[in-house]
Order: sequence, then structure tokens, then C-alpha cells
Amino acid sequence: MMDGDIRVNTYDDGSTDAVSGEQKIRNFNINFGPQHPAAHGVLRLVLELDGEIVERCDPHIGLLHRGTEKLMESRTYLQNLPYLDRLDYVSPMNQEHAWCLAIERLTGTQVPRRASLIRVLYSEIGRILSHLLNVTTQAMDVGALTPPLWGFEEREKLMVFYERACGARLHAAYFRPGGVHQDLPDQLVEDIDAWAVAFPGVLDDIDGLLTENRIFKQRNANIGIVTEEDIQEWGFSGVMVRGSGLAWDLRRAQPYECYDEFSFQIPVGKNGDCYDRYLCRMAEMRESTSIIRQACEKLRHEKGDVMARGKMTPPTRGEMKTSMEALIHHFKLYTEGFHVPAGEVYAAVEAPKGEFGVYLVADGTNKPYRVKLRAPGYLHLQAMDHVCKGHQLADVSAVIGTMDVVFGEIDR
Amino acid sequence: MTEALQELGTHLEMKRTDCVLSWHVVHDELTVTVAPSSLVSFVEFLKLDQGCQFSTLVDITAVDYPSRAKRFDVVYHFLSMYQNQRIRLRVQIREEDVLPSILSVHPAANWFEREVFDMFGILFSGHPDLRRILTDYGFRGHPLRKDFPTTGYTEVRYDEVQKRVVYEPVSLVQEYRQFDFMSPWEGAQYILPGDEKTKEAAK
Repeated sequence: MMDGDIRVNTYDDGSTDAVSGEQKIRNFNINFGPQHPAAHGVLRLVLELDGEIVERCDPHIGLLHRGTEKLMESRTYLQNLPYLDRLDYVSPMNQEHAWCLAIERLTGTQVPRRASLIRVLYSEIGRILSHLLNVTTQAMDVGALTPPLWGFEEREKLMVFYERACGARLHAAYFRPGGVHQDLPDQLVEDIDAWAVAFPGVLDDIDGLLTENRIFKQRNANIGIVTEEDIQEWGFSGVMVRGSGLAWDLRRAQPYECYDEFSFQIPVGKNGDCYDRYLCRMAEMRESTSIIRQACEKLRHEKGDVMARGKMTPPTRGEMKTSMEALIHHFKLYTEGFHVPAGEVYAAVEAPKGEFGVYLVADGTNKPYRVKLRAPGYLHLQAMDHVCKGHQLADVSAVIGTMDVVFGEIDR
Repeated sequence: MTEALQELGTHLEMKRTDCVLSWHVVHDELTVTVAPSSLVSFVEFLKLDQGCQFSTLVDITAVDYPSRAKRFDVVYHFLSMYQNQRIRLRVQIREEDVLPSILSVHPAANWFEREVFDMFGILFSGHPDLRRILTDYGFRGHPLRKDFPTTGYTEVRYDEVQKRVVYEPVSLVQEYRQFDFMSPWEGAQYILPGDEKTKEAAK
């Protein structure tokens, strides 16, 4: 017997329950995930359904919990950097950025100009990586199969740019406290620029597939509407805010790195539904492409070192071959690590998914005393119950899609 | 930026003398220490006051200091999108203390408080659903306390005979290695070889 059916019991004397016609129909509980393809990873939703209408939605998270924060307490600052890649693995360098900013704020390190430009360039590449994945797979959740194939082709090209800068396609460990690990070859800057010229054409193609598509619109417009009040109550950030018409972007509101030198627009939506969030992400990709082109133009002219040379960063190879002190410094840096003065700091960046923050408590040793990683997706997913209530079951996957949840960062 | 925060700190201290224990601005960040009993009213004040408008809850977390009498620091981060400012609240509590939940003011506190309960074992009064959130169903202990080992206490594996996942005490093939690379001149915790032979008086 299915859960939710009206039970008619038979008793010993042969009598049965009378059906009065007024009996309550019980709601139906289902598990959505953790192996559901539209759950974007390992999300388990316990849904209470009244027919096809969602009455209650209880997300069970933690299936990908790896204890990152605990592990970080027993490793040096530099050893901790790669853990940040493994949070939101769709745009690794944006997370590293927050970690580096936190350490640089505590130690008072000034990042060289060229490193700052490279960081902006790769942060924007990360944003496009993330938005491409999100927009196209969300389209797949609502029934379109082609966009992911087109989007992943571009993602592949971008990951080659990651690889050419640092040697890894995904887990980069490229941004380091005090700068970036290696300088970019000139040809790479040219290739990124050439890609950025061609990319808007690909966006036009995806646009043509989705934006005016009747099915796509029916599945997304007026679904999962987020109001300004919801944003404040549930602590939303990123596209979840901008889709509802608030032009809130940390790159503009609380500029970090050298974002204040770049000219870019902050696209905002009007209705705060899934469709507007899709449009926002598409427009943001175009803005990011323009920032990439500006950064490439600056990188062509502004040469120089990419590391603030000092206690936190290794000496150059050439120096190590000739100087004993440099050799000792190199050895000490990669065994003991550098010390960060005691204090606490909260550094936030505008990651593709919203505000990603690192709350760092240092005690003056070579290891952090406590690290809290503030993931935007955590708060977005928390509001699932609020946003999904009253929607159809099929809309749940559309809403999860536009909330842009990645379990690496939510479960930590 | 710092002047504006100084101004805000003074404003808060003047308006809510009873709540604010102390405040300071370091690294362009305002930190206010608040008494646990006045936490909810102060958070509500921060949200509603026209000069503050800290309506977005950014983060709740805790820091464990086992050697202190008031063992835990519970740390709240707020953001005002309207004033473009951030603030950090700190509440110090003992291990057995119960903290009032700020759920009535900020619904977003729900999962954060569950996480702090899960990771540190701090209880929140007035929270409707204080379940574990990140750890396994049926997990024991509070992992982010400093006295919880990084390896944990149990490990899981699939048992071919019982045809299910079983929990067993952790048994490592090799001892968990925690190297202390701190320079002996800068406060290393270990005793250097040979040092254990020196007499107390000679130190």
C-alpha cells in the first residue's frame, strides 16, 4: 500500500472501516536525491507533497562533509590553500582569492600590480566557468539537452587556460598569499584575449537556444520568486540578490583587488524569478568577458614581479642557486611556513555564487587557530523550504538549478 | 572607512549602554562584545535602527578556547546593504551556557545555529529544530572542539558478510602524524632531544 492512500482496515468480526467521504487524505513524503541527477551533487531533499504541490521541503546536507575547517587547523597557511579549491570546485580560484586576501589583510602585505591584474583576470574566468555550468545544466534540468554540450566546450577551453597558468585544470593552487605563483607567458594573454573576442558569439548561440524558448520560459518565468524582504531575511547574496533588482555587488560596493579600475555594469533582474536569474547570469558573462579583455590589455603593458617578495613568498629559483640565505628561506617556508600575526579578520569576495567569505582567527603561529568558510550556497539552500512552498514538484529542480548550489562549498 | 566605523561604535555604545561590553576597530572591522542576555535585543536594534540597518546575517560561528573559563566565543557577522557596512558581534559563554537563538529576528540563523550546535555542542534556546546538520546521522561528539581528534573516533566500511555499512573504532595502519615544524626559538611545544635530562633548577 502506498503512503498517502486512505487505509480501510478489516477487523476480526468481518467489519471494515466505513468510508465517510470526509476522511483526510494524508500527504505524500518523498526523497529527492541524494542520487537524483537534478540535485546537483549529493543533496537529499525530504519533500512533503500534497498531490504535486510541495508543502514542506527539508534539505538534508552534509553528505559531502570532509571536515575542511578541522583539517585546516592542523596545517600551515600555505598547505591550507589547496583546500579552498575543493570547496566550490566549479570556480576554484575565486575561493583561493578570499583566503589570500584574509592573510594579506592580517599581515599587511601589498600585492604587486601585475599579480593583482592576473587575479582579476582569473577570477573573471572563474565566474564564466561557474555561470556556464550553471546556466546550461539548469536548462538541462528543465528539459533542454543541447546547452550543456555547447557550454562545456567553452569550459574546456577555459580550463586549458587554467592549465597553462598553473599546470592544473581544476585544483589550481595558483593564487598565493602575496601574489600569484607564476607569471603568465605573453602568448597566453594573447590567447585569452582571442578567446574573449570569440566568446560572445557562443553566448549568442546559447541565447538563441534558450532565451525565447517557449518551454524554457514556461518552466522558469514566475517560478521561485525572491523579494527584497526575502533577501534580507535569508541572507542572500550574488545573483539571488541581483535577480530581484538590487544592484548589490561586492566588486562595486566594497572593492577589493583592483576592481575599481575596471568599467563594468551590474546587470539586475526585475521580477526575481528563475528566468530573471538566468538572464542576469547571461549578462554577467558578457560583463566578465569585457573585464577579461580590459585585464588582458593592461597585462600587455604592465610587466613586473608577480609576488611580494618577503617572508611569505619563496625566493626566485635563480636566487636560490647563488644565495645560502635564500635556500634556507625556501626550506623554512615549505616546512615551517610563515607566521601570521595574531588577530581576526573577515575577508569576502564576490564569488560567482554570491558572497564567499573567510573568517580567520590567527594566534601568531604558522597555523590558523580557527577558520570559518562562509559559503553563499549554504544560505540559499536553507531558504529552499521558503521558496519552494506552494510550487509544483517539477519546479523544485528549476529552483535548485538557479540557486546555484555546489556541495563542495555547502558541506565543506 | 575606519572613521565611519569609529562613529558607529560610539553611536552603539551611547544608544545601548546596557548591551555593549566593549568595542574596537581593527583591520577596518568593527567588533562589538555583547552580553549573552542582551544578544537578541541588540541584534534586533542593529536591524531596525535607521543608522545601522544591519539586516543581512552573514555568518554565525564559534571559536573554542579550552583553557578559558568562558570557553567559547560565538561570533556573529552582519552586513548592511543599505549603509554598506559590516559589523561583528562577539559573545563569550561557558561550556554549559545556553545562548538565546536569534531566529525570531533573522530566519537565516536557523542552519548556522544548527551548525554551531553540531560542531561545538553549544545549545540555543528557542531554536525549533536543533538537529545535527553536517555530520552523519547518529554522529557523536562535536568535531570542531579542540579536544576532538582530527581522525575522529569511528570509521565506516562495507561489510561483505552483513551486507551493510558498519561502524568501527578508528584503527590506523600508521600512527597519525602531526609534524610540528615550529622553530624551537619561536615557542615550539615539544621538548628538544636532550633537554629532558636537565634538572629543574638548571632551567
